[in-house]
Amino acid sequence: MATTITPRARPRVQRLEQIWAERQGLLGWLTTTDHKRIGIMYFFTSLVMFGAGGVEALLIRTQLIGPNGHVLSPQAYDEVFTMHGITMIFLFVIPMTTGAFGNYLIPLMIGSRDMAFPRMNALSYWVYLGSAIFMYVGLAGGHAPNSGWFDYVPLASKAYDPGNNIDFYGWGLIFNGISSTAAAINFIVTIFKLRAPGMSLNRMPLFCFAFLAVSFSLLFALPSLSMATLFLELDRNLGFHFYDAAHGGDPLLWQNLFWIFGHPEVYIIILPAFGIATAIIPTFTERKMVFFPLVALAELLVAFLGFGVWVHHMFVVGFATLTTVYFAAASLIIVIPSAIQLFAWITTIATGKPRFQTPLLWIIGFIVFFMIGGLSGVTVAAIPFDQQVEDSYYIVAHFHFVIFGAAVFPILGGMYFWFPKLTGRMYNEPAGKLSFWMTFVGTFVTFFPMHFLGLLGMPRRVYTYPSGMGWTFWNLLESCGAYLLTAGLLLIFGNLLYSYFRGPEAGSDPFGGDTLEWSTTSPPPAYNYAVIPTVSSPYPMWDKRDRELDTRRLERGEGVLPLGHETPASTVEDAEWDEILSMPSHSIWPPVSALMLTGIFAMLLLRHYWIAVGFGALGGLALIVWHGKEYGSG
Amino acid sequence: MLAVAGVVFFGAIGMLVMAWIRRDTPGLPLIGDREPVAQGLVLVFGIGIPLITLVALFAVADVYLVGQTAPPPPRTTAMTVDVIGHQWWWEVRYPGTAAVTANEIHIPVDTRVDVVATTADVIHSFWVPQLARKIDMVPGRSNRVLLYASRPGRYRGQCAEFCGLQHANMSILVVAQPPAAFRSWLADMAAPAPAAATRSERLGEQLFLTSQCASCHQLRGTSARGLIGPDLSHLATRSTLAALTIPNTMTALEQWIADPQAIKPGNRMPDLGLPHSEVAEIAAYLKSLR
Repeated sequence: MATTITPRARPRVQRLEQIWAERQGLLGWLTTTDHKRIGIMYFFTSLVMFGAGGVEALLIRTQLIGPNGHVLSPQAYDEVFTMHGITMIFLFVIPMTTGAFGNYLIPLMIGSRDMAFPRMNALSYWVYLGSAIFMYVGLAGGHAPNSGWFDYVPLASKAYDPGNNIDFYGWGLIFNGISSTAAAINFIVTIFKLRAPGMSLNRMPLFCFAFLAVSFSLLFALPSLSMATLFLELDRNLGFHFYDAAHGGDPLLWQNLFWIFGHPEVYIIILPAFGIATAIIPTFTERKMVFFPLVALAELLVAFLGFGVWVHHMFVVGFATLTTVYFAAASLIIVIPSAIQLFAWITTIATGKPRFQTPLLWIIGFIVFFMIGGLSGVTVAAIPFDQQVEDSYYIVAHFHFVIFGAAVFPILGGMYFWFPKLTGRMYNEPAGKLSFWMTFVGTFVTFFPMHFLGLLGMPRRVYTYPSGMGWTFWNLLESCGAYLLTAGLLLIFGNLLYSYFRGPEAGSDPFGGDTLEWSTTSPPPAYNYAVIPTVSSPYPMWDKRDRELDTRRLERGEGVLPLGHETPASTVEDAEWDEILSMPSHSIWPPVSALMLTGIFAMLLLRHYWIAVGFGALGGLALIVWHGKEYGSG
Repeated sequence: MLAVAGVVFFGAIGMLVMAWIRRDTPGLPLIGDREPVAQGLVLVFGIGIPLITLVALFAVADVYLVGQTAPPPPRTTAMTVDVIGHQWWWEVRYPGTAAVTANEIHIPVDTRVDVVATTADVIHSFWVPQLARKIDMVPGRSNRVLLYASRPGRYRGQCAEFCGLQHANMSILVVAQPPAAFRSWLADMAAPAPAAATRSERLGEQLFLTSQCASCHQLRGTSARGLIGPDLSHLATRSTLAALTIPNTMTALEQWIADPQAIKPGNRMPDLGLPHSEVAEIAAYLKSLR
């Protein structure tokens, strides 16, 4: 039920409309600091990237549909599978989850009017866009990264990869990391400080716990990646020897630094999916999450433990047995918080009154695939088994069940779930269910036979394979699955596109949701809430009296903040009203700064270091102007 | 492992199916929907059962079995083979003998063989699934792995770590032989390349030694001492060419010498632009090197 705007409250709401209005048209999108519009830009950009990564995946599957395939040359294949990995991880999943879902939903869920740093939020988006274009310029010019997404040296060193391919990777990831770091800081401050009065930490939606965990993981994991890639660029372009064994460096330094980032990265990818699952399940089972505190703890624990297991990516590099055994044990421990969450979801569904509508179906698909990927994950913590299947298609199967089955399914379910909130219209339910079943079966058929291929000895990253190995049938089956999967995905976007224009009106709360975003109109106004809501449980929409109170408080003018571009800040733990923050409004300087940053990285790539310094100076100027006009420019 | 995984997986699926069957009634049969009971389920399935199975798995796999894939302790193996990864082929040396070969490792059956795995360039990974775990070949490191075959046979392996353009065509064959056959093979391999016997072979040898072939390949006992490509002293004894990419037949060998980039694009062997007659002479000579 949305907050009712009575005639007495109308002038206040009109005042809010004026204060929070942004520029019109294209300039409005360019200068926006509205977390919802930034979220939408993130959504469409990462969707384009999903399309690009998907086309790359189809090229791979078409090349491997039979033995001795000739669709792609070896060079093209290497670039395509590398870009597939980079795109899906850095340019699709992370921006889609943190950028689109997090940006749009976190301020709404915690009852705030924006993110803590709206202009930095805009900067995050523009930097992400710049880095995505940066890396795809490489592919367009035939110089895309070609050493796999984990880019092992010395294959990625100048000696073995003399072109610019790897420089697009190295500089591109540092560039991209700036965006994610800024976003992570923004989420942490937003979640800690901008929660609605009464939303103490123990009443915060589990979705927000997941994003808090992701943000901390990003903040601590990214420096390792940025350092590793900076060392790589120094090695490649300025004659350093960090990774050069012939001069006292060590290629395993790269692997360690990369996976210290790379394993937390897996949880960065999947935790938002956990968050989406915990948002969808209570709504469609009409039941509170079983064991809320333990699930919240498990979400944080998964992120924390994720930092202590990276060597399990390196069980075959020749480390001492004791080292590998330690990391195998750590990897097994991480199963526990995952299993807690898994069975909390299942138990909630089993003991509730589940309505098997499209969003819940995707979550069920997610649970099934997360179990498959999780169980195969347990098997590779058995060192002798891992030493057999490492770098084979078994691993490809494992991480696609985790990353596609478990991380992307909730994203797709979430698209259906929050579509009515974003657009005010309802999607088509039968087509939604059909799209789920096509994608579900397609995913299973594509990725499950990869287990068999791995056990039959097929290594990953081969551009072709001979006949007579017993691999032909499974590869053919997988490729067919991939086409079915693609058809399912296209049906989702067809459904949503059609419904955007022709769907029935959805109203503010079509599913009986439990979190605050369902209390505002669909789509929400620029200021999110006419009255800052008060919260007394983790399921604020189910506290009918609190929401009725919102209407009366709006009438009285309590918690409306109609005097300026403002949102309240609250205390970190108990969320008591702390102070009123004057929020910066729309600005052209975030995209300008991002443009300067693009200039810096383009010049680093072209080895015009002095011009890069020039762009740095211009960027500095942009930052000064940005902060010189921080307030009241609207 | 599969059985435990099956129990967990189908148990969970069972609960979801149950939820679907009873979608209109809250709670599960017998236990209802009371919070403490639901929490108990989470504790049992989320902590209890995983803890027991994980400890058991850890004990069996990572404590009891893990020793079997550890590098063999020094002086416990009967022989050592050095395997050196190259983009995109395998160099095989038998320490203590002059034998050098490529892409085919012969070992005696029922013998513990210590493989010392190193690399000449980028990271490769030595993997013969039927005989041993895989082991990475990392610059600056010398890794070891036990190779043991209990039955004579031919076992195919393949590079498992992405190593560039022709990672897909970097395969290896392990031939396990009875000890006597192995000793005789090793003695043959340790010998210099057989001398050219016929006029045609001598012509081929001359072409080989005076063209660019000799700058990359070695023929022990001749002036060809190149160390970039595989040692060809006994090429005719091998069953394949270019790391199992093509069979070692006269036609395939001629095609390989004439246009190696068409068969294995990106490999380090250049197209020498030799006239067809010379290609045939060289191939005929190489086929005589047993």
